[in-house]
Amino acid sequence: MPFHSILFENADAGTKRETPSAPGFFPDLNLDQVVDAVTAGREEYNLKPFFYAPLNDTGAIAYRQEIMRDLEDDNLLKNIKTFAGSMQVMRRQLALAEKLEYKYHKEGWFLETVAVYCEAVNRLARDLALADLKSRGLLSFRGYLAAYAGSREFASLLAGTKQLKSELSAVKYSLLIQANHVTVREYAGEADYSAEVEKTFAKFKQGAVKDYRREYAPGPEMNRVEAGILDLVAGLRPRLFPALGRYCAKNRGYLDGKTDVFDREIQFYLAWLEYSAAFKRAGLKLCYPRLSAESKEVRADEVYDPALARKLIAAGSPVITNDFCLKGKERIFVVTGPNQGGKTTFARAFGQLHYLAALGCPVPGREARLFLFDRLFTHFEKEEDIANLRGKLHDDLVRMREILALATPRSIIIMNEIFTSTTVKDAVYLGGKLAEKIIKLDALCVLVTFIVELASLGEKTVSVVSTVHPENPALRTYKLLRRPADGLSYAVSIAEKYRLTYGSLKERLKP
Amino acid sequence: MKPLLMYKDRDFALELELPPDAETLTQDLELNTLFNAMALGDDFIFEVAKKAVLNGLRDDTATILYRQAVLKDCLKNASVIRELYQLALEAIQLRKGSWLGISKYPSVILYDARKMLELYAGALRKLRNIADARAAEFGSEGFTTFFAMLKKELADDFFSGVQEHLRRLEFRDGILCSAELGTGNVSGNYTLLKLEEKNLTWLERALTEIKDWLRELFEKGAPGLSFYISDRDESGSRMLSELTDRELNPVADALARSADHIQSFFTLLRAELAFYAGCANLHSQLIRLGEPACFPLPAAGVRGPSCEGLYDVCLALTMKQKVVGNDAEFGGRNPVIITGANQGGKSTFLRSIGLAQLMMQCGMFAPARSFSAGLCGGLFTHYKRKEDAAMNSGKLDEELARMSGIADRITPDSLLLLNESFAATNEREGSEIARQIITALAERGIRVFFVTHLYEFAHGLYEKKPENAIFLRAERQAGGKRTFKVKESEPLQTSYGEDLYEQIFGKTGA
Repeated sequence: MPFHSILFENADAGTKRETPSAPGFFPDLNLDQVVDAVTAGREEYNLKPFFYAPLNDTGAIAYRQEIMRDLEDDNLLKNIKTFAGSMQVMRRQLALAEKLEYKYHKEGWFLETVAVYCEAVNRLARDLALADLKSRGLLSFRGYLAAYAGSREFASLLAGTKQLKSELSAVKYSLLIQANHVTVREYAGEADYSAEVEKTFAKFKQGAVKDYRREYAPGPEMNRVEAGILDLVAGLRPRLFPALGRYCAKNRGYLDGKTDVFDREIQFYLAWLEYSAAFKRAGLKLCYPRLSAESKEVRADEVYDPALARKLIAAGSPVITNDFCLKGKERIFVVTGPNQGGKTTFARAFGQLHYLAALGCPVPGREARLFLFDRLFTHFEKEEDIANLRGKLHDDLVRMREILALATPRSIIIMNEIFTSTTVKDAVYLGGKLAEKIIKLDALCVLVTFIVELASLGEKTVSVVSTVHPENPALRTYKLLRRPADGLSYAVSIAEKYRLTYGSLKERLKP
Repeated sequence: MKPLLMYKDRDFALELELPPDAETLTQDLELNTLFNAMALGDDFIFEVAKKAVLNGLRDDTATILYRQAVLKDCLKNASVIRELYQLALEAIQLRKGSWLGISKYPSVILYDARKMLELYAGALRKLRNIADARAAEFGSEGFTTFFAMLKKELADDFFSGVQEHLRRLEFRDGILCSAELGTGNVSGNYTLLKLEEKNLTWLERALTEIKDWLRELFEKGAPGLSFYISDRDESGSRMLSELTDRELNPVADALARSADHIQSFFTLLRAELAFYAGCANLHSQLIRLGEPACFPLPAAGVRGPSCEGLYDVCLALTMKQKVVGNDAEFGGRNPVIITGANQGGKSTFLRSIGLAQLMMQCGMFAPARSFSAGLCGGLFTHYKRKEDAAMNSGKLDEELARMSGIADRITPDSLLLLNESFAATNEREGSEIARQIITALAERGIRVFFVTHLYEFAHGLYEKKPENAIFLRAERQAGGKRTFKVKESEPLQTSYGEDLYEQIFGKTGA
């Protein structure tokens, strides 16, 4: 199959390739922070629209996962980065050349631009030829690039560029300045006088001293006098400079379209790999999830919220991971337990994992089997606002009705702290009604709530409880465990402290 | 060119950091008294003395002997040393009037550096003259090499070469350089070339100027390999001088760095001479007090000092009189436990051990009639700190924290001086702590001198008759008179505080 794109295997009309703005649930799931961090420093590639467009086909996801796996090879990654770096330089130089004023100067920079491009293409083609590739995407691109780099058109561009560059860089002349009078002539092999001066005083040399050289950045600027001198130099080489002019006119459209697009799209992978490297350095795991569009038996180990983990790592704090698992008919996590215990983080991570998996990215966790959802909905409690109390419960219910109207059995729904703005009795009633609807819908759901009753509604719900430290119940462990929501977490942890829990006691009493 | 008066093969690093214990050592051994006596008001000598003495523990036997020889030359030729030190100082001060380094324009840097080098050339010539006149009077390896180097490197052709460069760098006939086309056809890699001198007369110069003027008049815009920037074209002239600056960049840098290197040479020379000047200052004061000074013998291996007439140099300097000296021979015996009468000279003795060791290891003379000891890789002091109102446990805590800090850094070839340590608790606990710590240290080979009133500790150790330990006691003659001498003797249960009480309050019942 001919190469189409490194992000999409073929030109399937049904696929939404780029979405201009973030999905509504982004802030709730901290995915806005994640994508900001992932794309930071890559603004010129405009990658966000790719991260706003999850895929809905396991094949398309596999296409990306394969490429991502290939790119986990450090050497390949380095090679692609080198290519990207060269392409950046090329774009900057091209923009510069277009702005310059003096003819030979402008042409000199254009020549440089093309040289950088040719080198980048050749080098990437060479590097890819040696790379051990397995992904369809990169294999196909390798074939494409090899053909392009081997084409007659490219070869002639390269040869012309090299020839001119070597002739120009061989130009050496001498310059005599006597008061206001400037003379250019052929260099006659005179000796370097600075070196001679330096030699006389070399005997005093010791240690490092101040560097008095003024920094003259090899900038693109050229002033009138330098341009005048360049004109004189052109006079010394009457055949070389007209040849440069002809070259520039001929090669204006040197840039290959698909290569250019590849340069942008491959950044999607690079951005994610670079972002996730910090987690690996901190000892956290990332894995390629297995995705199923049928089975809702999801399971993931050592999961964490990347946005939170990033902050904790920066602060030097440990990152607590959690596991989740749904078996058989289980569909709904009901998360209860002490506040500040990691309940919201658990809910977020569930959503993040599924979303990131749908982008084709490796996800934060050691192992994951996830569900390919059609749509993702979140409903997160906003800050308390007393003035808005009645309106809020009303808004909550309206929003839930909307979600339930749009959601399908293939959707994921994440609800955080629902019905906090009403009495407990109402909350139990409303919560029960809501849960009943979700159960009937058969969608995957995480429900963070203080309503313990919801945790035991039937075979579809799984109770998950945030826990406290056994030694000191005031300390949170940020561990969430599958456990009956009996409201006894304090008592249990104190029992653990004295090793009197069922398991501990049994162990101690072992003959 | 390097003075190499402190080390045979490297520079004295004034910027080398002091060891972490420098402050403690300075306080416990009263080192500032020593440094002040060396400096005699010269802050620079004070600084150098401090660095040389405190960093001396890093030097080896060869360096010690090398410096001893140089120091002997210095004591013999005090006036030449003063003259050299003064010359170095004057050369360093030449820089004070210069603008070099202030401007960032290469042409200005070049100008300032040229002026600076003319001045330095004068100072270097004076240095050469001293070498010519006085070298014969010096016998040490350090000075012999130093003067020979001056004669070789500062030969006449060096000075004539300098003059030639300084003249050429005025560029009377214009500036010639080569250049290459770089990226984007921007010229770069400007290299200054040696222009063949024409030695034009004033008339020829005038003619050239007229020719230039005519060319401007008639050839304006004409194609050719030269152009002329009119005096009225201000921005063009500025661009041209920018270009000139780029061309002069490397040579200005080379010249300015050369000036800096010469400055560094004089700075280093001054620093190295400062050490010896300080030693000479101290030496003449001790001679005036009638105190002996000897060149110590660094012994091989880890050996305790053996000395005759070892005195506390800082005490002598403070009291401005001759003080009591001690004879001792420790050999390989360790630890050294010093007990005895209050105000009997225990602390003074402990300090004299530390001072003599430091002075020996930096290449100085030692305050004794004779002194010999093995080199130690580190010198540490653990002294009782000023009492505060805090509870005893807090104080013991502080003491042990310091001890733990020492334990972090101490090496087996170190010398540790303890003065009334671990006394911030009752005698039994203090003794137990002391026993554990001192025994461990000694068994690890660290040389320990411990002044203590902890009778239970001292006596307990004595009872066990460890073959290596040695017990000294500050002497008290019958009737309470102190001789300020320490003698090998069994620890006693009293430190004769009663004597002191009587001395201050009068004899009981008297």
